[in-house]
Amino acid sequence: MSLTILNALVAVVAAIAFAALNAAYLVWAERRGAGRIQRRPGPNVNGPFGLLQPPADGIKLMTKQLMIPGGADKALFMVAPVLAMAPAITSFVTIPFSETIVARSMDIGVLMIFAFASLGGMAILFAGWGSRNKYGVMASVRAVSQAISYEVPMLITVITIVMMTGTMNLHELATSQAGGMWNWNIVPSLSSPLMPVSFLIFFICSLAETNRAPFDLGEAESELVAGFHTEYGSMGFGLFFMGEYANIVIGASLITILFLGGWDCPLGLFPGVWWFLLKIYLLIFSFIWIRWTFPRTTIYGLLNLSWKILIPISLFNLLLTAGLLKVF
Amino acid sequence: MSGPIHIRPDETFTLNVGPQHPATHGVLRVKMEMDGEYIVKAETVLGYIHRMHELMGENRTYPQVLPNLSRLDYLGALGYTHGHVLAVERAAGIEVPERAEYIRAITVELNRVASHLFWFGAFVMDLGGFTPLMYAIEDREHILDMLEAVTGSRLTYCYYRFGGLYNDVDDDFIAAARAFIPRMRKSLKKYDALVTGNIIFRKRLEGIGPISAEMCRKYGATGPVARGAGLDFDVRKNEPYSVYPEFDFDVPVYHECDSLARYKVRMDEMEQSLRIIEQGLDKLPDGPIMPKKKPKLIKPPVGDYYQAVETARGSFGIRIVSDGTKNAYRFKLRSPTYSNMSLFDEACEGMMIMDALAMMGSLDLVIPEIDR
Amino acid sequence: MIKETVKQALQDLFPDPPPVVEELVAEAAAEGEEEKKPAKKKEEPRINGVIERDHAAHGYDIDVQLEPGQLLAAVMILDKTGFFLESVTGVDWIKEDQLESVYDFSRFDFDVCRVVIRTRTSRSEPKVPTISKIYPGAGWHERETHDFFGIKFEGHPHLIPLLLPEDADFHPLLKDFKP
Repeated sequence: MSLTILNALVAVVAAIAFAALNAAYLVWAERRGAGRIQRRPGPNVNGPFGLLQPPADGIKLMTKQLMIPGGADKALFMVAPVLAMAPAITSFVTIPFSETIVARSMDIGVLMIFAFASLGGMAILFAGWGSRNKYGVMASVRAVSQAISYEVPMLITVITIVMMTGTMNLHELATSQAGGMWNWNIVPSLSSPLMPVSFLIFFICSLAETNRAPFDLGEAESELVAGFHTEYGSMGFGLFFMGEYANIVIGASLITILFLGGWDCPLGLFPGVWWFLLKIYLLIFSFIWIRWTFPRTTIYGLLNLSWKILIPISLFNLLLTAGLLKVF
Repeated sequence: MSGPIHIRPDETFTLNVGPQHPATHGVLRVKMEMDGEYIVKAETVLGYIHRMHELMGENRTYPQVLPNLSRLDYLGALGYTHGHVLAVERAAGIEVPERAEYIRAITVELNRVASHLFWFGAFVMDLGGFTPLMYAIEDREHILDMLEAVTGSRLTYCYYRFGGLYNDVDDDFIAAARAFIPRMRKSLKKYDALVTGNIIFRKRLEGIGPISAEMCRKYGATGPVARGAGLDFDVRKNEPYSVYPEFDFDVPVYHECDSLARYKVRMDEMEQSLRIIEQGLDKLPDGPIMPKKKPKLIKPPVGDYYQAVETARGSFGIRIVSDGTKNAYRFKLRSPTYSNMSLFDEACEGMMIMDALAMMGSLDLVIPEIDR
Repeated sequence: MIKETVKQALQDLFPDPPPVVEELVAEAAAEGEEEKKPAKKKEEPRINGVIERDHAAHGYDIDVQLEPGQLLAAVMILDKTGFFLESVTGVDWIKEDQLESVYDFSRFDFDVCRVVIRTRTSRSEPKVPTISKIYPGAGWHERETHDFFGIKFEGHPHLIPLLLPEDADFHPLLKDFKP
């Protein structure tokens, strides 16, 4: 009995540690990647290759004074960063890294992750409203409308996949694609010829859900100073930051599990956790690459893209797959 | 500050795009009354960097005012100094040797390219693309290195003197300038591919911020703002000065009147400036750089004199009213950004704030030039 | 050439003007009723009218001096012929106890013609009608001239300090300004 509890505890702690370490070192990867794209070195002062930069940043953020603007709603102000970080870390519990490495394999894994992702939208609203700053309110309104609009095509695409595989359990979703590249969900098959399109839609939606450029209107630095986290210093900002990167890792993991076969090797030879990690880091690198290449969209361009383009296409794909599944 | 926020009956709130803001490129304050994301009314508040250069022009002798002109628009400083020395030379009747005029034209065009490069980087950064800024600044560094070797300053030049220059260019400068031109042409192609062809960028700018030709006329907007509205107006061609009639270059004019047109005007202008630099380097005559007979004390005859030059931002004019003494009686600086910015209040009514700020970026503002 | 048209139209504002003089050198003297004084020490005040100037010597083509009452008519002539407002400024002639408002106009096409309109008012009661109804761009220029010289532009919708602080009550470019 106690061993099971110990197992569970270790699993949870390991998941949280993985999430936190990723969040911290993704910042390093982003800054080095941005530097390389912009033809400059990126952080290389603290430690070899700047690897000690995240701990240095962490210490700096922790020692700064946490200022709460006068008249701000204290409860909302303090809750918002926690609400941004907690769901992301909690979602790690159910993500399978390989055949055996999974903290807790739940039958409603997909549903749980998306439920927690919606909580993140609330965090943005709390942050903007609670800081009693007009820039913050405008930015959080934008970010919430963006979050809601892009959840819909994402969920429709996920429903398509769940329909094909018949389960919401992330572990089983990944094992159903085992056996090489041609088994992966991204490859168009007889019952779902538009799978690459679904992959693209899901990719764009995860960019938008995690508030990454070109969809980073919530933190549009040039127009709204710093958007919904204008008034946050020190660890409040640190938590938002880490929450964003944890969300990115979750988004990349979801794409990998749903479309790219999880821990499966492309040639079906040596499946394992290293393939999983390779795939998510390649996806995260493409996120970083896209961020530093493209400018920002406008709010109406963003909403148009979601409601007028992505949702009809994903709905069509859903209906097509449902019909074809009946036939084949 | 701790009381409740009062909501006005028509539900607009005031947003201060304040003196400290990443998008305004300087200390500019725009008080916007917003209805959600839409601007109902905007009012520009100036004066945060007002240093009263015009009074300094009255309190100093003519040569002592020379450094002031660079502080107006620090990104395109040589154009302003050029205007100033031409105005005083016209007033006092000083002849300029041809070599000096050619070098002046070459350095002004180099400075124009540097100014447009910086505008390009900052503008795209405003829209959210952080990378082209780094590329543009790297290209600009080459220009600044070249000019530093000759003039001694990187940004606020004081290179021209009444009658010519104080320092001649050497072969290193000419070689560096010649090497820079093909490099810059390659960079312009790269910016075209990276930025101009980008669909997100085009959607941000097409149809945004329309400034018609009639509005330009009523407000006195010149430079790329007017050329993006279809007006073929460039002081170098319309009212030629210095040695520009000798050069063969085009003036890019686009008729769409939106921010993308203004952007394209400036990108094309960079190419035309490179053409002028090439021709200038080819035609550079030998000779002195200062006239033989130069008056010791510059005391223009009584009267008033006006000189307009084309800077990176538009038509810059200096009016010198002289009463025969060694200080100017009135030293009026007509800055192009002042007139370009004055139309912002009327033009941004009814726009969303993102579009208004994109339009502000396309106007190419340098605030010290507005406030003088 | 637009210069001739505009010159003619502006001259019509002055019912019995002295003949328009061609200016040859920088130091000009008004011919006609006035005798040309040999010494430059004592200059006659300039009479209202249109003078054509040498562009290479002065930088502008037509120089008009008029009463504040004629200002709007002259500016409307220029607006109809398609000039754009370059700037509005002032000059403080303390010796003659007058404040002068100077308006610069220019053209966008290749028919180069710069027009300068001047109007003088007394230093104690400087009132000039505003041209911001015709040229909205004059709004800022007139506010700045008011800041620096204290010239009141009647009819201006929003004549508050532009470059000086909101509560400034001094006018820096007046010649007797003590900081």
